[in-house]
Amino acid sequence: MIEANSLCKSYGAFKAVENLSFTVEAGQILGFLGPNGAGKSTTMKMLTGFLTPTSGTALINGVDVVEDSVSARKSIGYLPEGAPSYGEMTVQQFLSFIARARQIEKSDVSASVDTALEKLNLRQVKHQTIETLSKGFKRRVGLAQAIIHDPQILILDEPTDGLDPNQKREVRGLIRDMAKDKIIIISTHILEEVAAVCNRVMIIAEGKLLADDSPQGLIARSRYHNAITLVVEQAEKAASVLSELPQVAKAELNEGELTLFPTAEKGLLEAVTAALNENQWRVSALRLEAGRLDEVFHSITRRGASA
Amino acid sequence: MSGATNVMRRELAGYFATPVAYVFLVIFLVMTGIFTFYLGNFYERGIANLDPFFRFHPWLYLFLVPAISMRLWAEERRSGTIELLFTLPITTTQAVLGKFLAAWSFIGLALVLTLPMWITVNYLGAPDNGVILAGYFGSWLMAGSFLAIGSCMSALTSNQVVAFILGIVVCFLFLLSGLPMVMNLFNGWAPQIILDGIASLSFLKHFADISKGVIDLRDLVYFALVTGFWLAANVLILDMKKAN
Repeated sequence: MIEANSLCKSYGAFKAVENLSFTVEAGQILGFLGPNGAGKSTTMKMLTGFLTPTSGTALINGVDVVEDSVSARKSIGYLPEGAPSYGEMTVQQFLSFIARARQIEKSDVSASVDTALEKLNLRQVKHQTIETLSKGFKRRVGLAQAIIHDPQILILDEPTDGLDPNQKREVRGLIRDMAKDKIIIISTHILEEVAAVCNRVMIIAEGKLLADDSPQGLIARSRYHNAITLVVEQAEKAASVLSELPQVAKAELNEGELTLFPTAEKGLLEAVTAALNENQWRVSALRLEAGRLDEVFHSITRRGASA
Repeated sequence: MSGATNVMRRELAGYFATPVAYVFLVIFLVMTGIFTFYLGNFYERGIANLDPFFRFHPWLYLFLVPAISMRLWAEERRSGTIELLFTLPITTTQAVLGKFLAAWSFIGLALVLTLPMWITVNYLGAPDNGVILAGYFGSWLMAGSFLAIGSCMSALTSNQVVAFILGIVVCFLFLLSGLPMVMNLFNGWAPQIILDGIASLSFLKHFADISKGVIDLRDLVYFALVTGFWLAANVLILDMKKAN
């Protein structure tokens, strides 16, 4: 379990993280979401013991990251931002170094290196020096070193940055597979990633926690939640007629797409289809909106920034 | 302790994975040769000892040791691997010791490779091998002190050139502190106890004693203290400022 109590980190007058408190339980995949420079990485660096908080505490399984940093680090696997590694080493040498540093038994070092190579699909490059590898491979080497000791807590700073879509998919699959009984924290500014991987999201901007919810909960905050978007002939006329319906709060016409926002009353879809049939307008596309994460993100981070 | 050995092994392997190790070894051997034979008049003196060989070691170390130490921490800072290193379950002291020991044993290796010099002098005459052994030991000890200074300077910056220059400057101060050009600055106004203190900081004086074959406990303690002080400062600097 991770417990952060009023974590603060400031550099002179600049507050990178301000009064951040949260707990994460086993089984949770927590996504830190926020604009660049929001304090996501700083928070992760404090949790992993790399940075000392200006004030506040963080406990990793009850162990304080400042008081007993070395034992707190033992249960964590960490991928720092940009996946730094020793470029002159081969993948295998590097992973063996990490395995020994992680205090894996001598006899088990090569087995755990093999498992990590296997999991990240790195077998074919294990004898290459890391500096000769492509960005995607380097990122996977970084992930391999983070999971080599099968840590109970995984903290991954932008794990899929620089990967191609297929690799992103693989890494997300890997994260989901490992999630059982573990705590995983990932930071990202890719919205789709949060919906694809996480079961909890914290939105951070300018060092402050602005939202803490499930991805579904966040999507439900969207004003598009349960709205209907359609492409219809005579769109302008349709807009004015449909906006009169009691179930429609507002109609917006945008680049040929008409979006109808629901009121509290139920049965928006039925009412709209009935009205469309009645007027015999031809509809070429119609979709029910779940909500738009980018819109939620935008409104939360902008509201937070101005507050 | 296993943390320190692991860091040391990685670091040493790193030297040999890049041209750094080979370039250093070749330059060290060529330079010691030049100093001994041309500047030290090894043959012309007609005396069978390694005095002309050891005499130039402090000056050689002044440039070559900061060249080894400059990358120790500056490189970790520049590439961001410092974040990786200090989120492993390793203490700062273990990491500092591991890196220091790697560099120190590497310089030890460079010294071992000068053994042909020792063989030559034994072939040409009958030197006092005890004195030569003491010279090697003293030289290695002194290299450790240079290295501790360089490592500490390297922790201050993410720029290797800055680390190199800072290393040379601080090493130079320690090297010269007993010479007249430094002492004259203090003569006449500073009390005798301070003059003695500054003069006794000199690497040259302590090294000269050992390389004459006189292994005085005070000289050993001196180098151990200097090395220990700078390594402790190194740990402190890293603890205070890990991130860039």
